[in-house]
Order: sequence, then structure tokens, then C-alpha cells
Amino acid sequence: MMFSKRTKEHKPFPWHLWVFLGPGLLIYLTFSVYPLLDTLILSLYEEQAGQSEFVGLKNFITLVTDENWSSAFWNALSNNLQFFAFHMLLQNPIGLLLAVLLSSPKLRLASSYRTLIFMPTMLSVVIIGFVWQLILSPIWGISEEFLYSIGLGQYFDAWLGKEGSALVTLSFISVWQFVGIPMMLIYATLLNIPDDIIDASTVDGASPMQTFFHIKLPLILPTIAMVSILTFVANFNAFELIYAVKGALAGPNFSTDLLGTFFYRTFFGFQLQQGSSTMGAAVATLMFLIILVGVMLFLFFIQRRIQRFQF
Amino acid sequence: MKLMQVFLPKNTSAGQMSKSVTIHGILLAYTVIALFPILIVIMNAFKDRKGIFRDPLALPTSETFSLVGFEQVLLRSDFGLFAWNSLLVTVLAVGLVILLGAMAAWALTEYRFRMNLLITFLFAMGIMIPIRLGTVSILRLIVELNLVNTLTSLVLVYIAQGLPLAVYILSEFVRTIPKELVEAARCDAVSEYRIFFSIILPLLKPAMATVAVFTMIPIWNDLWFPLILAPSEETRTITLGVQQFVGQYVTNWTSVLAALTMAIVPVLILYTIFSRQLIRGLTSGAVK
Repeated sequence: MMFSKRTKEHKPFPWHLWVFLGPGLLIYLTFSVYPLLDTLILSLYEEQAGQSEFVGLKNFITLVTDENWSSAFWNALSNNLQFFAFHMLLQNPIGLLLAVLLSSPKLRLASSYRTLIFMPTMLSVVIIGFVWQLILSPIWGISEEFLYSIGLGQYFDAWLGKEGSALVTLSFISVWQFVGIPMMLIYATLLNIPDDIIDASTVDGASPMQTFFHIKLPLILPTIAMVSILTFVANFNAFELIYAVKGALAGPNFSTDLLGTFFYRTFFGFQLQQGSSTMGAAVATLMFLIILVGVMLFLFFIQRRIQRFQF
Repeated sequence: MKLMQVFLPKNTSAGQMSKSVTIHGILLAYTVIALFPILIVIMNAFKDRKGIFRDPLALPTSETFSLVGFEQVLLRSDFGLFAWNSLLVTVLAVGLVILLGAMAAWALTEYRFRMNLLITFLFAMGIMIPIRLGTVSILRLIVELNLVNTLTSLVLVYIAQGLPLAVYILSEFVRTIPKELVEAARCDAVSEYRIFFSIILPLLKPAMATVAVFTMIPIWNDLWFPLILAPSEETRTITLGVQQFVGQYVTNWTSVLAALTMAIVPVLILYTIFSRQLIRGLTSGAVK
């Protein structure tokens, strides 16, 4: 049993407790909790000539309404939503399909497939971005040649360079890299489903399809929900891929701008616009609120409706 | 027929066989999709410029084989230093996350005290809220502490980044340790420090391996904090080094391919060696 409260009160100051907890807590508070709170507060200030002045919600109003700022902000937000939607529509279904195939009974080479398909997930987003930039480059022409070889050559285009297709292409690249995460987590859940349940449904005459939709799918829904929230947080925090492939300006014509790149430009400045830490803090605060709302929605609505099964 | 035997278990009927072929077909196709771009880059890094453009899909032949790209990379950038910086930062940060995380997880699960719930909640928040959102203030803080362009700044920030998940996973694990073990030691008047370091810590090893994997990958691959906190030539990590190098020599195909290969291959080798442990950690249920 743990210490009961009464005996605790009579004890001397629990030095050992703070020796264990102190160092980690101190670093966490200093470099994560404090900066986050400080950023939230900073977003309510304006800095001019080294003097900071409390301005309330002015920075936020500027961000969402001012003509110099708002279009960039809404553009980044809408791109980010598209980026996220793409992941939900492609990454998780493909991950689910691969996980189901991998978990087929008596599948040979399953661990090799698993290891190889997961490989891109291990590499840095920056490296993956550059790799695809080369592969899709019209100068090198690998993709073009490949498309011609399967008779689709006329559809080739400099996808990454065109305003209409750059964001979709980058979403594809990101989905391609991270499909391993839903695959792995769903696969682990599938492996944990006891054979008895599956056998029972087979004995009762359920087809493999029925077994999947009525037995397995409900059991992996919590995992899918968790993968979705992980994807949400990662997508609304994404920066590296865009920065590596398109630079901080998220070209062409900001068509690939996400909140992460918008935050970076606002904070550090670009071209003629000077960087501003208070405006940067305001963007970060909005990102914080978006992520917080997403996580809360997940916790209150989705998580509550899903029953957890323990075997 | 021999090839088929690799994919199929013995004694399969025709129906099972066609199903099995479909499954292997899809998985094999996806494996090719997952590996093709990476293999193309590695393959072409060992060719000369002509070979790269004339036939990108061909393996290097004696005629096209060339290491000129690697020579250029090593000549024009301090690749060894970047790799060393990354290694140093990752090892220090992961080591400290594991140690401090285990200590904090032990304190939060074993002892009852007034702020326990608040601190547990603070750590739990950190799992979902990305530390990057505090970048503006982190940079100010690092400037004030005179730590700009030091690896120390990266290590400190990465410890803060890794701790929440580490505390969560390790706490779950601490709860599975039988209480009798600790109680018995307490009866023998063993100090709390010795209980932790000689009884608990060794038992936490498997969970620590999981934490190490989860913590290591984002740190090694990170671009954001090296770019903002430590962009100088001497403190560049490998991800930032490659990003800067490729940005600078973007038209020099042999160099770019070589630089990417040099960033990819060590990770692939490590991954191949440790993939079993890594995947076990990922699927062990620690993050379910």
C-alpha cells in the first residue's frame, strides 16, 4: 500500500521525493510550461522600439481581419485543414488496409513487409522532402519516364511547382512517409484480439468480411481515433516538409503555406516584412487553441463514445 | 515454384492460394512504393553526372560509378562534425530523458503528496501540446541564458520535449511492479534512494528501451530547434546540415544525392539492426 496520509504528515520534509521529481520537473517547467504560458501572455502585448505595451486582443484582431495579415492567416489555416483532410482520407485507410493484410493468419514474410514499409517513417521529414523533390523533378525526369512506361505520360507535370497541385503533392509525400504509424498501431491492436472471438464468429457462420466489420473494426476504433488525434496534432504543427521543399515562403504564391510556416515567417520576418515576436506569439497562441480544441473534442466526444475492451 | 514456396505455407488449397497471392501482391507492391524513392537516391549517389541523367533507373556500372558527389560533400561541408553534433545531442537528451523521466515517474506514482495531481496533469498536457508553440519564449530564454548556438540549448529543450511521454510510459510500467517488493525493502530499512536505484531502475529496463525509441527519432530528425536555436556552423546537427547544404548546392546533383545518401544510410543501418526491438516497443501497448 501507499503511505497513508496521516503517517505522511508526521514525517520530516520528504527530501527524496524532490530529489526524484525535482530535476525533471525543473527542466520541464523552465523549457516547456513556462515558455508556453509566456507565449500566451506575450500575444497580448505589442512591442515598439524595445518597449512592450499591453494591447489586449489587438494582435488577434489584426491577424483575422487586417488586410495585410488576414488573407495570409486564413490561407494557411485553410491549407492546413486540407492537409489534415488528406491525411485522414488517405493515410489512415491505407494504414488500416496494410495492417489488416499484415495480420492475416499464417502470412509468411509478415515481419519483413512490416519492417520495410515502416522504413520511410524513420527518416527525417527534411530528407524525405528532398528525396521526393528529386524524384518528381522534371529535370531528372524519373517520374515522367515512369508514367510514360505505364502509358500515363501525358499526365506528368511539375506538380510541386504549380499552385494548383503543390499542396496536394506535398500531402501525398507526407502520407507516403507516415502511413507506417497507423499501420503499426492498428496492426498491434489486431494482434491483441484473442483468437477465440474470431473463431467463435467463424463457427457461427460469419464470412471474413462480416467478421471484419462486426468484430475487428469495433475493436480497432479506439486505435483509429488515437491515430487521428496524433495526425491532427502533427499536421497542425507541421513545418519541416514545407520548409525543406518550398522554403519559408511556401510557394508558389503561398499555396503550400501551413500554420507552421506562417508562424515561422511571422516570428522571423521575410522579404520586406519585419519579424515580430508578439505577432509570432499570437499565431502560436491560435495554433495552441486549435490543437487544444481538437484534443478536447477528441477526449469529450469520441473517446467517451468508444468503449475500451480489455482482454 | 520454388519462389512460391517462400510466400506460401505448405499444403494450401487453390482458393487459399489465390487469396494469399493477392495479399502478397498488395503488400509487395506497397513495399516497392515505400522503398523505391529511397533506393533510387542511394543508387544514383554512386554514379557520375552523366550516369544519373542518362539512365536514372540503372545500377551504377563500372562506366558510371563515381564517388565524386561524396568527395564534394566532405570537401564543402563539415559532415563528420554535423553527425557528431547530432549524436551528442541525441545521446545526452535521450539518456537524461530516461533517467529523469524514470525518477519523476517513480516519485509521481509511489508517493502521495499535495501537488501530485497537478504535476501529473502538467506532464500529461505535454504529450499532446507541442513544445514548438512556445518557441518565441524559448528563444528569448535561451538568449537570456547566453545559450544561443550551443548544443546545451538543444539538449535542454529536447529533455523538456521528451519528458511528458517518458513519464507517462514509465508511470504505467511502475504501476505493474509488485508493491511487496518495495515494502519488503522498506521493512529492511533500505533507503528510498537505494530502493529506486537498485530495485526499481533495473526493473524498468524494457520500458526505458521503448521510451528511448520514441524519444530518439524526433530528436535526431528535428529541424525546427537546430534552425532556430543553434544554426551556427559549429553546432549544426545533421538534419540542419543537410538542409543547408542541399539548399546551397541544389543544382549540383551529384553532391545533393551524396548528401542525402549520407544522411539516410546510417539511419537505415541502425534501423535494420534494431528494427525488431523498435517495432516491439511500438506495438507493446505502451501508447495505446
